[in-house]
Amino acid sequence: MLEIKDLHVSIQGKEILKGLNLSVKPGEVHAIMGPNGTGKSTLANVITGRDIYDNISGEIIYKGKNLMEMAIEDRAREGIFLSFQYPVEIPGVSITNFMRAAMDEIYLYRGKKPMSGGEFLKYFNEKKQFVEMTANLANRSVNEGFSGGEKKKNEIFQMAMLNPDLAILDETDSGLDIDALRIVANGVNKLRTPENATIVITHYQRLLDYIVPDFVHVLYGGKIVKTGGKELALELEDKGYEWIKDHADIQL
Amino acid sequence: MSDSNQILDEVTQSDYKYGFVSNIETETIEKGLNEDVVRLISMKKKEPDWLLDYRLKAFRKWQQMDMPDWAHLKIPPIDFQNIIYYAAPKKKETLTSLEEVDPELIDTFNKLGISLEEQKRLTGVAVDAVIDSVSVKTTFTATLAKYGIIFCSFSEAVQEHPELVRKYLGSVVPYTDNYFGALNSAVFSDGSFCYIPKGVRCPMELSTYFRINAANTGQFERTLIVADEGSYVSYLEGCTAPQRDENQLHAAIVEIIAHKDAEVKYSTVQNWYPGDKEGRGGIYNFVTKRGLCEGANSKISWTQVETGSAITWKYPSCVLKGDNSVGEFYSVAVTNNYQQADTGSKMIHLGKNTRSTIVSKGISAGRSHNSYRGQVKINKNATGARNFSQCDSLLLGDRCGAHTFPYIDTKNASAIVEHEATTSRISDDQLFYCQQRGLDAEKSISLIVNGYAREVLNQLPMEFAVEAQKLLAISLEGSVG
Ligand SMILES: Nc1ncnc2c1ncn2[C@@H]1O[C@H](COP(=O)(O)OP(=O)(O)OP(=O)(O)O)[C@@H](O)[C@H]1O
Ligand SMILES: [Mg+2]
Repeated sequence: MLEIKDLHVSIQGKEILKGLNLSVKPGEVHAIMGPNGTGKSTLANVITGRDIYDNISGEIIYKGKNLMEMAIEDRAREGIFLSFQYPVEIPGVSITNFMRAAMDEIYLYRGKKPMSGGEFLKYFNEKKQFVEMTANLANRSVNEGFSGGEKKKNEIFQMAMLNPDLAILDETDSGLDIDALRIVANGVNKLRTPENATIVITHYQRLLDYIVPDFVHVLYGGKIVKTGGKELALELEDKGYEWIKDHADIQL
Repeated sequence: MSDSNQILDEVTQSDYKYGFVSNIETETIEKGLNEDVVRLISMKKKEPDWLLDYRLKAFRKWQQMDMPDWAHLKIPPIDFQNIIYYAAPKKKETLTSLEEVDPELIDTFNKLGISLEEQKRLTGVAVDAVIDSVSVKTTFTATLAKYGIIFCSFSEAVQEHPELVRKYLGSVVPYTDNYFGALNSAVFSDGSFCYIPKGVRCPMELSTYFRINAANTGQFERTLIVADEGSYVSYLEGCTAPQRDENQLHAAIVEIIAHKDAEVKYSTVQNWYPGDKEGRGGIYNFVTKRGLCEGANSKISWTQVETGSAITWKYPSCVLKGDNSVGEFYSVAVTNNYQQADTGSKMIHLGKNTRSTIVSKGISAGRSHNSYRGQVKINKNATGARNFSQCDSLLLGDRCGAHTFPYIDTKNASAIVEHEATTSRISDDQLFYCQQRGLDAEKSISLIVNGYAREVLNQLPMEFAVEAQKLLAISLEGSVG
């Protein structure tokens, strides 16, 4: 589904990603861990098409298409979803209107007939229950005045609405209390099918107890230096990133 | 930020979709302005002497006045002798039914989305359609008459209800008020008149649609709304003009009188031709709008969505004379390319416990300049008066300007006046967030801008709100040129 080869990315003259490789197949969950500032969000941004980098080289193939040549919105319409590490506020735009506009555009792109108002509301209310979102929250402007946890819930709610093929969750667990973490993780798990894939970026192995990954990758120094199973997360938590220096799969 | 600028840059330039010219046989008078022209206009309209007198006094006053220069606007010199002051579609003597209206005219209004045929209108909105200097058709007059409501063209009101017109004309905006007000008082052509009797709640929205068609003409319409005790009316105003390289002058007056316990809501979607990308052409929109809350507990709200015109000079105001009366002003003003707008409101508190609210949202793009100018005046007898003003500016791109000029003048220590102002930009983060959800840059900007203006758009009647939202999106296409 997603094939990244030798990805180099720099911003303001500083190289962040230095030859990253990653392969994600349908049905898989990949966790990416790594110290602060190592380029995890950068990777998510580059996959989704954010256009702030001076230099991007390498290959990103998604469903057989070259992503680098695709506009941000087209990548989204092709089924790529990013749950933002820092969701922004859009004052005055209700979540309902926001989702309505997004879904209309996506349907149009896919040559599907947009939902009627009634259908949309029914669908919207169904998905709300998915993340146990309160009615009050759904009526408010996108992220405006939301608490950190509410913002993250709202991201997963949107994910449920848009039902992506490739979801990238960038530190969706940070800021969530224990209950919210369980709710959000359950939501994500319910959305899993053999056809879609998830990339989970996190610092804590706790989330991976709920969303069980098939692979755990360690991003360090701009590359994925170690890949393992679920147990790698535990080991990391136990030993820290210093340990990785000596146990990397590749030369650092 | 450079990135959003670039996206704004790339968003394509859209054309003004109301820029067409209709092929209507028009009767015009010679260019130029002098007493004879004032007399001629009055004669053409078969006006009584008192009205001609009023016009002449206004004209003489105007001659002694200077164009105001205090606004944050660059207004090129206007040659008032190079303007035609009267243009009317040729028509039969009197219009009694729609069959007698020139089909081309009906067509013009159909193209503008305004049906003059009552049975074809889905929503209950009565329309007075004004083209160039005259009103061509008022719908639902008969239906409204059953409630005792008078809704007709200004000219008709002069003939049919002279006592009302004479009583209220100039009572809120005297001809001595300002330069453009004096000019309008001298040469005003037509417009709408509306009277809601005591205790009547107007059962439908009333609206006037103004259309400039003829070249080289000025449009000087006059609207007078009188809400008698305990009545209610919601009034809508829309306007468009053809696309031309020359500038055209529009100088209107709207006067509203709200008696005891009466409420008037006046909403405008102003979409005069704004000029082209290089700033050629467009309407000069110099308008005086003022409401008088004459009686106790009366209320007047102005809501405006201003997207058109090359230059806008306009300050819908409320004089809060009655005790406990309420004045409101909700405004969204969008400027793009080389448009200039200096707009805002005046709230004059005279009565006790009078309250006013001002919410202004300026949106500037391109090389445009957008100014908020507001005055809150609390007179010494206005014990317990309150005002809240909020003026927000949104900048798209880095070549436009937003300016705020609030004036506060309080002569009563018990008054509470609050003023808040913010300036913001659409951030790259907001754009990216929307695009990541599948919206293209243009839709994203339009969504964000509409959200920004939400508080004001919420004040509009439903049918208007939808139109206004689309208009906001269209006006911002090609935002940074
Ligand atoms: N707009 C920018 N301008 C300059 N430097 C940037 C910008 N965005 C990111 N960087 C830098 O790129 C590096 C990688 O940042 P990134 O956000 O990808 O890290 P991360 O792995 O997601 O970190 P965290 O775990 O703290 O979220 C950091 O050093 C950061 O300072
Ligand atoms: Mg990050």
